Amino acid sequence: MARVLITDAQNTWCPGCGNFSLQHTLKNILASREKEGLSLDDVVLVTGIGCHAKIADYLNINSFYAIHGRTLPVATGIKLANPDLTVICCAGDGDAYAEGLDHLIFAAKRNIDLMMIVHNNRVYGLTVGQYTPTSPLGFKGKSTPSGSAEYPFNPIELMLASGATFVARGYTKKMDLLQQLIRRGIMHKGFAFIDVLQICATFFNMTDYYNPRVYELSGHNTADFEAACMKSREWDYNRDAPIALGIFYERSLPTFDDHYLGRPLDPDARGRRIRELIEARR
Amino acid sequence: MHCTELIDNAGIFEYTHLIKFPLIAHLDDLSDICGQPVSERHLRVSFIPTYLAFLTASEITGVYAVKDVSVIVGGKAGDGINNAGLIVAQLLNHLGYYVYMDIDYPSLIRGGHNFAVVRAAEQPVAALKKTLDYLIALDQETVQRHYDICQNCVLIANADVVKPPQNSQAISLKSILAAETAPAITGNSAMIGAFAKAAGIPLETMEEVFRRHMPKAVDLNIRVARRAYDQIRLVRAMEPLNRPPHPVLSGNEAIGMGMAAGGLSAYIAYPMTPASSLLHFLAENAERFGITVVHPENEIAVILMANGFSSAGIRTAIGTSGGGFCLMTEGLSLTGMAELPLVLVVSQRTGPSTGLPTYTGQADLRFVLHAGQGEFPRFVVAPSDANEAYIWSVAAVRIAWKYQIPAFILADKTLSEGTYSFGIENKMEIPVDEPQRWDRQVPYLRYRDTRDGISPLAFYGEKDAVVKVNSYAHDEAGISTEEPDLVTRMTKKRLRKWDILAEELDRHSVVNTFGAPDAATALLCWGSCRGPCEEVASALGLKVVQPLVLSPFPKKQIAAACRGIDHLIPVEGNATAQLAALAAQHGIVAGSPILKYDGRPFTVDELLAQVKEVAA
Repeated sequence: MARVLITDAQNTWCPGCGNFSLQHTLKNILASREKEGLSLDDVVLVTGIGCHAKIADYLNINSFYAIHGRTLPVATGIKLANPDLTVICCAGDGDAYAEGLDHLIFAAKRNIDLMMIVHNNRVYGLTVGQYTPTSPLGFKGKSTPSGSAEYPFNPIELMLASGATFVARGYTKKMDLLQQLIRRGIMHKGFAFIDVLQICATFFNMTDYYNPRVYELSGHNTADFEAACMKSREWDYNRDAPIALGIFYERSLPTFDDHYLGRPLDPDARGRRIRELIEARR
Repeated sequence: MHCTELIDNAGIFEYTHLIKFPLIAHLDDLSDICGQPVSERHLRVSFIPTYLAFLTASEITGVYAVKDVSVIVGGKAGDGINNAGLIVAQLLNHLGYYVYMDIDYPSLIRGGHNFAVVRAAEQPVAALKKTLDYLIALDQETVQRHYDICQNCVLIANADVVKPPQNSQAISLKSILAAETAPAITGNSAMIGAFAKAAGIPLETMEEVFRRHMPKAVDLNIRVARRAYDQIRLVRAMEPLNRPPHPVLSGNEAIGMGMAAGGLSAYIAYPMTPASSLLHFLAENAERFGITVVHPENEIAVILMANGFSSAGIRTAIGTSGGGFCLMTEGLSLTGMAELPLVLVVSQRTGPSTGLPTYTGQADLRFVLHAGQGEFPRFVVAPSDANEAYIWSVAAVRIAWKYQIPAFILADKTLSEGTYSFGIENKMEIPVDEPQRWDRQVPYLRYRDTRDGISPLAFYGEKDAVVKVNSYAHDEAGISTEEPDLVTRMTKKRLRKWDILAEELDRHSVVNTFGAPDAATALLCWGSCRGPCEEVASALGLKVVQPLVLSPFPKKQIAAACRGIDHLIPVEGNATAQLAALAAQHGIVAGSPILKYDGRPFTVDELLAQVKEVAA
């Protein structure tokens, strides 16, 4: 019997929220995974804190509803503890690019085998409207009423520089592509990063800005790092430019979890070794 | 100095006065001087008449007893002082003594003054004395710094760099190394060989220790040591006790092995003195014990990663000192709310802030007891030596897993980096049940509200278990909630585990007492202060009360231990008497605290003087 993938928890996202698209996408991916005969018992969803994170309550799968900014270390621990698990992180832009930026860079550097989905709506929604690391310069939020004084990060460029082995961008209004990208990211062996442009219906609705500018990457060599860097700079999340969607870069490298694979030892053998070591100190 | 006083004090403390007596070569001589029989048990003292220097070790055996000595090995950072100290400790260990070593070093890599103090005694020791019997000086600064307590001690110097004072013997490392064409790194072996001879340690004992404990180039090191051995006079012989040697372990090694014995499978840490040596020890032995050791980007990642490991069913510990623990408090609160089992080793150093990075302190008790927002159960144990560290590290892992709570092993630099004779053969193991597992009834409720508050465990990957771990207030299934009744019920569920743990711990001895059981005055201490307190209490006929477990607070056992005590004197390595304040919250009143917060452990001598003053 197929698992009911949505829990009874009451959904509290605003009408029109981009999170619905992401939840729907993940639900589809999980359902087809089950159809392919893969167990959902081996999937773990790790979320941060923010609107995006409610997905942990809504999806009826293993989850770790963590704290703000800390999805990746939790997910890394889970993956190292049990490398057979498929670990998917959902984080917000505040989560991934502000509070937890160090973890993001290190996860890419380590090439830990997991999927990192950043719900990038470029505004803090749950704390009712402040600028984030990817808000455009001059963003008028509740903490920057006269406009933010910082240029945004370009997460694609940042991840390329940090050593991520799968770097992609999606958009919640292009759901087929989004599903395809996330599916590819989950299949990728190594750190798969996808920045998902997602509108915030209440505080930063960018639909009219994104729709005419987004285009799907084609003819782009995803194995070419230099080309990926060039492409990532086409739009810097600030000035007006075409916005590429798709995979910027993909490469296969040994993963962090491979390095730590299996050293099981039964308690008796371990006890013996402890006693031997203690004896050697006489 | 009069004879009665001499005998009264012959215990351990004021023995340097004895040196003033001329040529006391034999117990009979001392008895004659005193006009009363003096037996060996009076003589945990070291005084050697000069003429014994001309006797050999075997001639001395049975003639004279030196049964409690302190040795300092001093030199520059980078001189391998720690290792030299460990070899000295092993030499004394192989004579049958209990040993204890403290290493004193500033926060730098090369240069600066490092010294190891080794104390050896007939009885177990976990404290230093201010007096000195042997000084091994690798450099001039060692002589300058320690000569004031070496007026009557045996000084062995490196003649190449030290201007030898009158009472010293010096060897030239340069010429010894040249004669053996040995590298400079073997110089310490020459100093150790010289010490071995001066202390009357048989050559075969020295060679055995080198063979067992020298990591490489054993034969060359032995040749170097023998050259020095042959150049030095026997000055002050230690009596061989003819007892088998003990294992000699640092506190951090005992913690590491204890956790491994308790079933630990992962250790995660960011380097910070004095917890780093635990990270190094477990990393070095990761294969041997089957433990995954990870060093992530910072302490925030450390505890979050550990929470991830725990949620996936792997027994995990983390280690740090105060500053690193500051960064962990957010993750700790998550551990509490999400009911994740986790062992935290917090090894204190002198604060606040960077403080004295390589020196000791006991100022983080309150911090560890209260860290993290909100209220959740935690277990805190403060072992006082390597034996307790091992036994309670085993227990901490098991308690964390049975109760799904954070379990703290609260150490300090003195314990972590101190070295002890280890012997747990006769000590009780703390039995703790294995964690309860899911009965496979669907749906799985990660936070099932049970009678004792402990929810049966299932982990990610288990068939048909949807495991939902949550930092938000949540229902039994792990789904977030803001319902007031549910929040109240789940808070009670979590806190209930604390009461059940307190009941379980009350069935074991979690408050140690030492010294005179009926004394009206007691010293109240915790952690590494136990060593000096125990010696002082035994010298003055006082009692010692040492709570091992600090959370849940063992109120009943402390009250029982303090029954009949009129004067309870707190002795702590902090400036605000934190244990005393904690005890006061539970109605146990202590006064006139003796506090030390200069980064150094109490010596027996200074504590004795202070206790005498306060207790008078």
